[in-house]
Amino acid sequence: MVRSWQHCPVVSAADAGTTRGTHTMANTSVRLLLEPIVDKNPITLQILGICSALAVTTKLAPAITMSIALTVVLVGSSVIISLIRQHMPSSIRIIIQMTIIASLVIVVDQVLQAFAYELSKQLSVFVGLIITNCIVLGRAEAFASKNPPWPSFIDALGHGIGYSVILIGVAVIRELLGSGSLLGVQILPLLKEGGWYEPNGLMLLAPGAFFIIGLMIWAIRTWKPDQLEKPEYRIHVVHRTEAQ
Amino acid sequence: MEHYLSLLFKAIFVENLALAFFLGMCTFLAVSKKVETAIGLGIAVVVVQTITVPVNGLIYHHLLQEGALAWLGLPELDLSFLGLITYIGVIAAMVQMLEMLLDRYFPALYQALGIFLPLITVNCAILGGSLFMVERGYDLTESTVYGFGTGVGWALALVLLAGIREKLKYSDVPNGLQGLGITFITTGLMAMAFMSFSGIQL
Repeated sequence: MVRSWQHCPVVSAADAGTTRGTHTMANTSVRLLLEPIVDKNPITLQILGICSALAVTTKLAPAITMSIALTVVLVGSSVIISLIRQHMPSSIRIIIQMTIIASLVIVVDQVLQAFAYELSKQLSVFVGLIITNCIVLGRAEAFASKNPPWPSFIDALGHGIGYSVILIGVAVIRELLGSGSLLGVQILPLLKEGGWYEPNGLMLLAPGAFFIIGLMIWAIRTWKPDQLEKPEYRIHVVHRTEAQ
Repeated sequence: MEHYLSLLFKAIFVENLALAFFLGMCTFLAVSKKVETAIGLGIAVVVVQTITVPVNGLIYHHLLQEGALAWLGLPELDLSFLGLITYIGVIAAMVQMLEMLLDRYFPALYQALGIFLPLITVNCAILGGSLFMVERGYDLTESTVYGFGTGVGWALALVLLAGIREKLKYSDVPNGLQGLGITFITTGLMAMAFMSFSGIQL
């Protein structure tokens, strides 16, 4: 079980011990909060929690609900795990973390069903899938189990916001271009209702989501060149003087 | 029989878990660099999915569903809110048991799948399969077929993507798209190709 997180590239030693060092407390908190939003974004850089980022973004309302749900679970589980981190035997820690996360997700799911039944129907299985969202267990494993509650809270909040920014960004593009509306309010008047906008149906389908995230990654990496990945092979262009 | 074939076809192609529902994406993108490892993980997913979906189905129908505990004299008890925690527990336990069984009786297969089995516990395609099965109310046979179908569909998409990425290494990709970016675009194109299966009924 210990190995199960190796495919999630967050679990790095660099995350541990960030609360000490030359930075002052306030500085560190701000950095912990802001870093995951663009510089270490969980979706576009760390490849975590992509399933829901693609699936619930056809409309803005479910995307916002999902962002709030994930942030609540992430912050709750990080703080709880951080509080009991001294008492967790490391051999069974994954099971303990899973149980805490699953219980929080059940609470969120029940609250959604009680107060926003329509939205919870639209989100279908994806609220339940927060349990297997790599961001939640990734932060629990990489940060909360090694740091005190306050930094864990800030770190979890930062990652929740980083996730929400991408989710809401994708949802705005998809809903605006796909159905010409935002939060159900018509922004671009549709052709079939006498307006000028012909909705782009591809945006509402699965491939559209992949394209948007792909292009978003391109944009972010052009803006922040240190996130670029090195190509595995360089293509060597043969100059005419080398050719025989 | 026709009903089950149609369900199988739908689970593999039309409602492909990876390309239509985006499930298991973390693993899908992380383990699709080589065809060999993709095949290993694919087989492991098929096996685990075929076991866990029907087992979770049985648990839901006989323990958690509203009125399922009537034989205990509790006809009004509705434990379905415990579903999530139960399914993830069952999946973790199944993976652990499968690991031990393979280690004991099929060491060669265990060697081949070894690294991938623990990864599967946290693959949302597995949990997603169980949740869809409950949401759509499949019975035991249907859920077995559905579990097998979704597993095969996911494995198929994974192996195909790995094949494309092996070739992609040698192509001239713009700097910003290198790596993750181009993988997303490729997956999008694959999802578009798989969309042509929609509407096909057996």
